[in-house]
Amino acid sequence: MVELALPKNSQPTVGKTWPKPQGATNLREFRIYRWNPDDDANPRIDTYYVDMDDCGPMVLDAVLYIKNKIDPTLTFRRSCREGICGSCAMNIDGTNTLACTKDLKDISGAVKIYPLPHMPVVKDLVPDLTRFYAQHASIEPWLQTDTPQPEAEWKQSPEDRYKLDGLYECILCACCSTSCPSYWWNGDRYLGPAALLQAYRWLIDSRDEATGARLDNLEDPFRLYRCHTIMNCAKACPKGLNPAKAIAEIKNMMISRQS
Amino acid sequence: MAEAKSRTVSPEARRPLSPHLQIYRPMLTMMMSIMHRITGMALYAGTLLLAAWLIAAATDARAFATVSDLLTSIFGRIILLGFTWSLFHHLMGGLRHFIQDTGRGMEHPQREYLAQATLVGGLVLTILVWVLAYAAR
Repeated sequence: MVELALPKNSQPTVGKTWPKPQGATNLREFRIYRWNPDDDANPRIDTYYVDMDDCGPMVLDAVLYIKNKIDPTLTFRRSCREGICGSCAMNIDGTNTLACTKDLKDISGAVKIYPLPHMPVVKDLVPDLTRFYAQHASIEPWLQTDTPQPEAEWKQSPEDRYKLDGLYECILCACCSTSCPSYWWNGDRYLGPAALLQAYRWLIDSRDEATGARLDNLEDPFRLYRCHTIMNCAKACPKGLNPAKAIAEIKNMMISRQS
Repeated sequence: MAEAKSRTVSPEARRPLSPHLQIYRPMLTMMMSIMHRITGMALYAGTLLLAAWLIAAATDARAFATVSDLLTSIFGRIILLGFTWSLFHHLMGGLRHFIQDTGRGMEHPQREYLAQATLVGGLVLTILVWVLAYAAR
């Protein structure tokens, strides 16, 4: 349902300004969303100053600097620091992306960091992704076949394999789904760009034999058809994929199977 | 006391909703989607005006003159200008959706060009119609 304003308990307040690192000359300002489940306060926006002469080039470097040297309570997810695990997805400078691959040089002024949009917040920059993962599971993201298992591997021609390019690279970071206004308003019924891109990845896999059942599962006014080509997903994807196009292809599969 | 009170609500239920529209950088394609909705709603109101004008024309000369005076007043013309723009903007948006429904025009930078064409096309057609309308008077 469309709710433009945040609920009362979710409206951020002005938070604390943390002391500047001593002796630093090359300072960068960071405004970061904070919420602690252990106190009863609303979320707040804290201000930090990072010594850029003592910090790596990426947003993740700066967030780690803050956690290690200024405020150890700052909470966020991170793992691979090279854009393959998808853990450090957050809203940076107004768009969803991975903190580890976002260059600080590409941001002008103070760096504003929020958790992924329109999600329940567990703590600080950590959103609850339970529903997101459940939606991915609902499209049954594994090979489904009726023919007996071959002696060796399931074979696929290079041409059919190329069809998976631009789809298999998805790391399920949730940047796309949480950038989508349609997912914000109808995330309980609309599967969202990430799950639908994954659905298409299995729909066009030449080895998969459950295409009809997969399409049946998506034939729903909300699950698939809440995509209105707003395109935030394709713009947000840190891997350069295009969920909106994948969704359009699924819609076309729906039409072509009727004729 | 505050602590005791908060414990009665589960941690999951107390979780805030992260900011969304308030903090997301406006994207041209997103703005065009929002404008498509707004102009679509404006068209309902515009169509009612059109219906009122036609009903007045079918009623009698006095009713027609009343509605006609209203619509050709400065205020009426501003409303009609908005109606014209809504119509053309929505039309161009519809064409954009038609193209993208085929799976085309969704890559970068084509999707930006299409969004720009929606905006510019709607404005140009609106100006064209009004220039022609004033020229024909």
